[in-house]
Amino acid sequence: MSAGDTISACATGAGRAAVAVLRVSGPGAGAVLRAVAGGLPAPRVASLRRLRDAGGEALDQALVLWFPGPASYTGEDSAELHLHGGPAVVAAVAEALVAAGARPAEPGEFTRRAFLNGRLDLTEAEGIADLIEAETEAQRRQALRQAGGALSRLVAGWSARLARLLARQEAFIEFEDEDLPAGLDDSVAAAAAALHAEMSAQLAEAPRGERLREGLMVAIIGAPNAGKSSLLNALVGREAAIVSARAGTTRDVVEARLTLAGVPVTLADTAGLREAADEIEAEGVRRARRRAEDADLVLAVFAADQAPDAPTLAAMSADALVVLNKADLAAPGSAPVGDADPTLLPAGITAASEGAAPGRAGAASPGSGPGHPVPAGALAISALTGQGLDALRLRLEVRATALAGLGEQATLTRPRHVAAVREALGWLAELPTAPVPELRAEALRAALRALGRLTGQVGVEAILDLVFSEFCIGK
Amino acid sequence: MFDKTYDVVVVGGGHAGTEAAAVAARCGARTLLLTHKLETLGEMSCNPAIGGVGKGHLVREIDALDGLMARAADAAGIHFKLLNRSKGPAVRGPRAQADRKLYRQAVQALLRAQPGLDLLAGSAEDIVLDATGRCTGVVTAAGERIGAGAVVITTGTFLRGVIHLGEERTPAGRVGEAPSIGLADTLRRLGLPMARLKTGTPPRLDGRTIDWAALEPQPGDDPPEPLSWLTERIANRQVACAITETNEATHAVIRANLHRSAVYGGRIEGVGPRYCPSIEDKVVRFADKGRHQIFLEPEGLDDDTIYPNGISTSLPAEVQAALIATMPGLAKAVILRPGYAIEYDHVDPRALRPTLELRACPGLFLAGQINGTTGYEEAGAQGLMAGLNAAALAGGGAADRVLTRAEAYTGVMLDDLVLQGVSEPYRMLTARSEHRLALRADNAGLRLTEKGIAWGCVGSARATAFRAFGQAVAEALAWARSEAATPAQFTAAGVAVNQDGRRRNVLEALALPTALPQALDAMFPRLRSLAPAVRTQLEAEALYAPYLERQAAEMRALAREERISIPSGLDFAGVAGLSTEMRQRLAAARPATLGGAGRVPGVTPAALAALAVHLRRQPEACST
Repeated sequence: MSAGDTISACATGAGRAAVAVLRVSGPGAGAVLRAVAGGLPAPRVASLRRLRDAGGEALDQALVLWFPGPASYTGEDSAELHLHGGPAVVAAVAEALVAAGARPAEPGEFTRRAFLNGRLDLTEAEGIADLIEAETEAQRRQALRQAGGALSRLVAGWSARLARLLARQEAFIEFEDEDLPAGLDDSVAAAAAALHAEMSAQLAEAPRGERLREGLMVAIIGAPNAGKSSLLNALVGREAAIVSARAGTTRDVVEARLTLAGVPVTLADTAGLREAADEIEAEGVRRARRRAEDADLVLAVFAADQAPDAPTLAAMSADALVVLNKADLAAPGSAPVGDADPTLLPAGITAASEGAAPGRAGAASPGSGPGHPVPAGALAISALTGQGLDALRLRLEVRATALAGLGEQATLTRPRHVAAVREALGWLAELPTAPVPELRAEALRAALRALGRLTGQVGVEAILDLVFSEFCIGK
Repeated sequence: MFDKTYDVVVVGGGHAGTEAAAVAARCGARTLLLTHKLETLGEMSCNPAIGGVGKGHLVREIDALDGLMARAADAAGIHFKLLNRSKGPAVRGPRAQADRKLYRQAVQALLRAQPGLDLLAGSAEDIVLDATGRCTGVVTAAGERIGAGAVVITTGTFLRGVIHLGEERTPAGRVGEAPSIGLADTLRRLGLPMARLKTGTPPRLDGRTIDWAALEPQPGDDPPEPLSWLTERIANRQVACAITETNEATHAVIRANLHRSAVYGGRIEGVGPRYCPSIEDKVVRFADKGRHQIFLEPEGLDDDTIYPNGISTSLPAEVQAALIATMPGLAKAVILRPGYAIEYDHVDPRALRPTLELRACPGLFLAGQINGTTGYEEAGAQGLMAGLNAAALAGGGAADRVLTRAEAYTGVMLDDLVLQGVSEPYRMLTARSEHRLALRADNAGLRLTEKGIAWGCVGSARATAFRAFGQAVAEALAWARSEAATPAQFTAAGVAVNQDGRRRNVLEALALPTALPQALDAMFPRLRSLAPAVRTQLEAEALYAPYLERQAAEMRALAREERISIPSGLDFAGVAGLSTEMRQRLAAARPATLGGAGRVPGVTPAALAALAVHLRRQPEACST
């Protein structure tokens, strides 16, 4: 790669389409455009041009846009060609662009150039990458906010305040013999504490942003034959998992995707939890437990005609969503369950049975003998008949929004954002106990450097590694 | 073709020139110091003080390399103060006010005692270049041609200097001394980038006309702490300063006459230092401040001249008299010499290598105010480094003696100058260093003296004494890391610690905020037997070590970037992704490393990334 390098690539997806867009960027973009379109149109105005190859043969009638640098996406001279989308047309024009002096771009090279030319900072480039990857509405809005510089501005604001505090601290250190305002040293500590509180509040919101970006992982666990696979299929509306009456049908993790309240969710159906009969099933059970541990949310499934099983009760977290499946098999009124909102219960099932301790529900279902009580708040459903599924979906959406919904505040969307802010906070927390002012200054400086890493202001080599590992973003 | 020849010729006899000449001679170079008047060698042309926060660090570094400034200041000091005494050791700055005459005498005595150094009164009007453009000597105003292996120019504010006193303009270097116009033209002919700066000085007062009884006296430290590591004790009688202050009446006089000030009358184009503003600046820029402190500093033991620190001005002499009279204790004060502003040419230091040799003119070094700095200490440290490299070059070796940013404030300063240039007169501040906790005034010798011994600029007396000290510190540190006590032992000695069962070593004990020195002395009797300077090292280590450890990863990353060199001939136009502006900035500063490129002002992270990509893709280029 040299500075004289001009790149071109198709910006739209492969295959037949009504329109395909080719882009050109680099110092030779103007010459390339002149060669194929017979001249440069007015900047940033769509113009209809006949495109020709070097031999003068007409290739297509296209809309052509000319973006002289530096006011372009990449910061370089750039052009866009909106072609008719047939593969032969795209191939012929792409070839003509290369013949005119461009070279095919590497994946992500346009955005990388925008970053290198200072058109985007690191967080904005990440936002662009997320925008391209966005699958749901909430993801799109979060990514767009970051690409538009929301995180940059937040960090710039913090950095500016830190820099001001540092300046005050430094004045106190350097100019002892000048008559500085009294209380300068103390005022720094007070202002740093306020900033610490604000940054902490942002950090508390961070898991939501991260989960929205990454997608929410929901693990369905339960005893064999509790109807986990049927529930997965019912929720996603297709036969994603094999269902049979035989216990232990699901041996590995089966995943299916759905969107809940704008949050992309991966539902994972897992092997039933029991003493495994063979080695393969044992591995399936191990995987099921691991999924339950790693999941953002656990959906614990019990069968209404069975006493709740100990392995599932042990594997579910305190905040798990509990359902009592096969409600169609249970005799009306015979499976008392506790529920915060009785109106959500299917007909025939009553809330916490009389005599049960508040907040802890119920006896075992008939015929199962003495067993574990059904956990409080269990929702009776039937994956078979669809009973209670709307209520479950509603609960899942409420939980998804709480865990990963687009918040006004959630601006830290990646682990490295969280790590940088956490490091800065760690340094700010030093201030109250630092025994001498120069150590307070050092802590402020270190906090500033940590924030600088977020937007790529410091730590060249570290940033470079990120550039290389994160910037092949598939366009 | 030359009337006589030296290894090194130094032009200028201020703080940069005297250090440059002395160090070159210490390194064994036959050296000539050429200056207008031998009587003004070692003149303190502005305030009579050496050191301070940042500046004191530089003085200690000069001293660690066996330079003159600290020894001269100790010989001449009449008021010593350790600034920031209540803060940590990293930011404590030793400062001395000197008797101006004693200081001159001390510097001149040190120079005269230096073997291999000749002093010559005269002015350099031109330099001699050979066919390859290398500097091979100087031509004096008397027409004498003097050959040299290397030339160091330290002409301070003498380059096209113009003094402004109210509406009057006088071409001059210092009051009563001619400016160097010929040399300025020569430097312009070399095509060097030049710019104009200004600085100022306050009026001098007759101490016999000041009502001292009305003023608050400011005694120095007792006992005074010497600036030089070699000085046992300060012999001079110590004197007190006094403080007065401006008031509304003073400010009214200034505001009424602002148009007559050279600066506000628009007769000065040069940029002045923000941290050393004229009293006009203070009154205009901080209009809501009703008073400004003025320190009254005696210029000598048998000299009645008083330096009113804080009231630098270019107002006309009669206005100066009027505003002085408004201040407490100064109602009848007589002005011996009015203050003035001086404008001068300086060379954009980005034209220099990190050794202070001009890139465009091999063999020619620049040091001091000519490079856009202010202050005796900044000038002295540059003179020292220029003289070291001039001697190395003249001796047939390479001019490659540099101190890094991690080693010394001197290294920070030279790196700042050659990479960032100056937009105002450059003054050292501890905040300029990212290694502040490690670069202390108290450990300058430990950082630099061994290096100076290797360079050949440290005399045998200092070298021997230093090695004993270095050994003592190393042993004490090793002991303090291994000797430890249990929580129960601390509690028994009356020192509160967490009863966590963890043994704490002496360094950790010294860092305990609750530990009284007497209690620790009782627990660890060897502490009592340590020399105070050795104990100081332990205490600093104890205070800062936890922070330095936490910063270690950061510092390693910085060091890694410093090791990625940029080939000196690299064509920035060939680096993909660099905008024209970035190319220009990098080409002007020519950083030697990727780390240096990051300190070039205005260079964006993206530009650095592009440069790093380029260097990474061409590994063969990194080895040059």
